[in-house]
Amino acid sequence: MASEYNFAYLDEQTKRMIRRAILKGVAIPGYQVPFASREMPMPYGWGTGGVQVTAACLVPEDRLKVIDQGADDTTNAVSIRRFFQRTAGVAVTEATADATVIQTRHRIPETPLTEGQILVYQVPIPEPLRFLEPRETETRKMHELEDYGLMHVKLYEDIARHGQIATAYDYPVKVEGRYVMDPSPIPKFDNPKLARNPAIQLFGAGREQRIYALPPYAEAVSLDFDDYPFTASKADHQCDLCDASGSYLDEVITDDQGSRMYVCSDTDFCRGRREAGHVGRLGGGEAGQ
Amino acid sequence: MTPEALLGGFQTAPIQSARAFRAALEAMARPGTIWEVEGAMPPTPMSVAAGVLLLTLCDGTTPVHLGGSLDLPVVRDWVTFHTGAPLVAAEDARFALGTWADLTPVNRFAIGLPDYPDRSATLIVEMPRLDAEGARLTGPGIKDVAHLSLPETQAFRANRALFPQGFDTYLTCGSRLAGLPRSTIVEAV
Repeated sequence: MASEYNFAYLDEQTKRMIRRAILKGVAIPGYQVPFASREMPMPYGWGTGGVQVTAACLVPEDRLKVIDQGADDTTNAVSIRRFFQRTAGVAVTEATADATVIQTRHRIPETPLTEGQILVYQVPIPEPLRFLEPRETETRKMHELEDYGLMHVKLYEDIARHGQIATAYDYPVKVEGRYVMDPSPIPKFDNPKLARNPAIQLFGAGREQRIYALPPYAEAVSLDFDDYPFTASKADHQCDLCDASGSYLDEVITDDQGSRMYVCSDTDFCRGRREAGHVGRLGGGEAGQ
Repeated sequence: MTPEALLGGFQTAPIQSARAFRAALEAMARPGTIWEVEGAMPPTPMSVAAGVLLLTLCDGTTPVHLGGSLDLPVVRDWVTFHTGAPLVAAEDARFALGTWADLTPVNRFAIGLPDYPDRSATLIVEMPRLDAEGARLTGPGIKDVAHLSLPETQAFRANRALFPQGFDTYLTCGSRLAGLPRSTIVEAV
């Protein structure tokens, strides 16, 4: 560990402020706690909120995993993982089951989380009502009064226009029957994993200066209608590398003739299945290596 | 200032406060679970766990209220020296430390605003004993049901009725602590 950094980069006063916000967030599930977000050595939109929450939670014994859209090896994930290796000296892993803290951008790992794990989400827009009502003063009042009719109107307009609820990611949930919460832009396929999850789920929005939380086993119900129930949709294919049928898939265009392949978004899950001998349509030979 | 007040802080604050916060986070996120903390040696009668919580969470921006039995010169000096927190009356406190008898009536403490329920007090209650038995707890953070030796149930039931407003509570005993957020439903057994 490079000694020129304080443990986990942030100064102690900042960490105390963030920690107090996290605790209030845990005590009021789904409520967005304002916090004095700091400038981090990376641009807004690269996970500054998640990084600050992770920095406030890390202990030297932690094993950190960072994913970006399910992948451990993309630029954002690699740079954040290296940031904490350098500033906190923590161990890192790509295996979901081995991690104690997982910072994620836009996915929940396929492997079920357990007690003792913390999942930290990077959140761009924490306010689920923001695109319906731009004024913070108004959205705050709407949360206070539990006035979420506008959100149902939005979902209804989806149905009127598209015949179904077309919202496929960033799908709003109601937490413990009180606050409507933005789960960050995870695919709605992941929404059921939010609810009753044994892990602590923390959400950090750096630019918007909000922290919120889902305690373990907290209820998070995706909004829907009796006649248009919520469905956790995904591409109707199997993974072409590991043949998984129940995992969230990315569509990859492979040439200019329109050929495409579907692969697990969660790279750790996919690799684990291939190592266990599962082979998909394109998973044999070199593609499987 | 009493000389004892200068002693008993964290030796390596970044690491010790990180471990302490992790225990405090797990405690608040999983009501009914009891966690061991270390690193602070506050003057008696303050417990190690209460000292650790103050060192981890309090600073010059968080007014602290000391309940009657803890409102001693050495404790006042210790809190002031190690955290810089202003010592205030119950109504103005972000954190309040005391025995249950010191802190009652608890309706004096800030419960937040309807639009900012986070602007509420956190009580640190010094307990003669702390066990995972007694009052029945359900709610967020609890898989099925948990039990915790609370000083009483009525005050916490009234607090839950204010949700999303309300105060949050840590119970401390020696080096052990447990959390009780406002969201927990408390029933006497």
